[in-house]
Amino acid sequence: MADLEELYREIILDHYRNPRNRGELQPPAVRVEGFNPLCGDEIVLSLLVEDGTVADVKIAGSGCSISQSSGSLMSAAIKGKTVEQARGLIATFKQMLSLGDDDAIEEGAEPVPVNLRSLGELAALQGVVKFPVRIKCATLSWNTLAQGLDELPAS
Amino acid sequence: MEGVTEFDLAAVRRDFPLLSKQLHGRRIVYLDSGASALPPHQVVTAMATYQETTHANVHRGVYGTAEEATRLYELARKDVGRFLGSKSGQDEVVFTKNCTEAFNLLARSWGRANLRAGDAIVLSEMEHHANIVPWQQLQEMLGFEIRWIGITEERTLDLSNLDELLDGAKLLSITATSNVLGTVNPITSLAERAHAAGALIAIDAAQAVPHAPVDVTALDVDFLAFSPHKMYGPTGIGVLWARAELLNAMPPFLGGGGMIKDVRLDGFIPADGPQRFEAGTPPITEAVGLSAAVHYLESLGMEAVHEHERALTSYALSTLAAEFGSSISLQGPTDGPLRAGVLSITIDGIHAHDVAQILDTYGVCVRPGHHCAKPLMRRLGVNATARASFGIYNGTDDVDVLVEALHATIKMFG
Ligand SMILES: Cc1ncc(COP(=O)(O)O)c(C=O)c1O
Repeated sequence: MADLEELYREIILDHYRNPRNRGELQPPAVRVEGFNPLCGDEIVLSLLVEDGTVADVKIAGSGCSISQSSGSLMSAAIKGKTVEQARGLIATFKQMLSLGDDDAIEEGAEPVPVNLRSLGELAALQGVVKFPVRIKCATLSWNTLAQGLDELPAS
Repeated sequence: MEGVTEFDLAAVRRDFPLLSKQLHGRRIVYLDSGASALPPHQVVTAMATYQETTHANVHRGVYGTAEEATRLYELARKDVGRFLGSKSGQDEVVFTKNCTEAFNLLARSWGRANLRAGDAIVLSEMEHHANIVPWQQLQEMLGFEIRWIGITEERTLDLSNLDELLDGAKLLSITATSNVLGTVNPITSLAERAHAAGALIAIDAAQAVPHAPVDVTALDVDFLAFSPHKMYGPTGIGVLWARAELLNAMPPFLGGGGMIKDVRLDGFIPADGPQRFEAGTPPITEAVGLSAAVHYLESLGMEAVHEHERALTSYALSTLAAEFGSSISLQGPTDGPLRAGVLSITIDGIHAHDVAQILDTYGVCVRPGHHCAKPLMRRLGVNATARASFGIYNGTDDVDVLVEALHATIKMFG
């Protein structure tokens, strides 16, 4: 039960019930879809980057509380950040869920300690670690974001 | 419970060692038999005994244990044949890897030999992917038409245009019981109408065979597929039953050892009978386990099993309605003889994945998701349900824990 309360923190339930930055953006915003075929979670990410900064972001789609709150929390966290900062956040978030960069691990690199403070509200999602099946739900929007950043037109 | 006095639930439960395990410190409430049923110790022991005393490859061995392994493997065909009401199991029962492979066999063998561009087959919108994708793959190769029986608001088959759909069709391939809705389809009358239209009928009995008497002769069907792991047997083995005259005319599916009469440099001659479809070393231990599962169910009596699960389903449907009213929905027909023990639960504002997660902490095992029936889920307009499905070891106490856990779920997200 304690684990369950860790998983469903109040912040998570709040972002699930009242998702931030809900909707879609028109071009020139980049639009990327992410799927979790396991449970049917779906995220549609619209990303508008201007001068190397995330000027606007919107999230649509449907799914479980973990996937949807993660998307909502992510949108709030990356808005106004530079692309580099957003990429850094993806890496830190995945580290929090014990999903290190496989390549780095292979090279025997020391794992960088996760600075939970730097994650702010996102740290609420760390309870997911105890529920391996749900990690995919939590990372769906972040993988979709990584794809969106890769698809940005070169400026 | 009234009407199920002959069914000794406590005794049945003692046969399932896993049920005495705890989950998160609570009694395990296993409500996922629709995905895979637990095996009783009789099945586990039969398989272990076979491996410790008899194991050998089947066919062609002349030493004693090899002969015994062959005998047990072939005996499993007879057991399954008898269980299904087939006159000659040894000529009509093919062992595959699972129910899914049975449909692939049917499509690639019977379908490939009998379907052409311009032909049509009929499926329903409530099919499991196992009875959809193999036909779509074949359609890509051959270019025939797939027609779909729709679904009514009562979550039953919409048979209003069945004559039209069957007109000129070569096969009706349809589920006997929906793994999402719990709808029990009228197979006898579907078989009659298919045959009247000149079509054959194949049934997906994965959710039927474990829960009620299924008699291929009485139903008058042509093909039937199921997965033994859903009827208290092991994983790794599936069954395709086919009428002997149809099976004898079907070309082989997978090639290799075991399925041939002769092989020369310029070609091969396939074996006769079910063996023609069993390339390579078959699932021998699993066939022994399947025999034990058949014996186990026969000893309980499928009528008694059916009655027990019917009464339990009625109890569950009325209890959930009384406890939750419209705050939870069940995707499926209302109670009645054609309503099987599959409860697909949706709760407004709470995703099935979250429901299942919270239920887990109460020791309740249910399955969230699309249940390999995406066309059906689209038709229902939901992307996931939390599915509770009953087996012989479930009782009203399990439903009561489910209710307690659902109350907690609604409270947490409310
Ligand atoms: C109705 C139905 N058909 C087919 C299958 C496929 O069974 P298997 O995965 O064992 O091949 C299932 C179970 O998942 C089912 O419920």
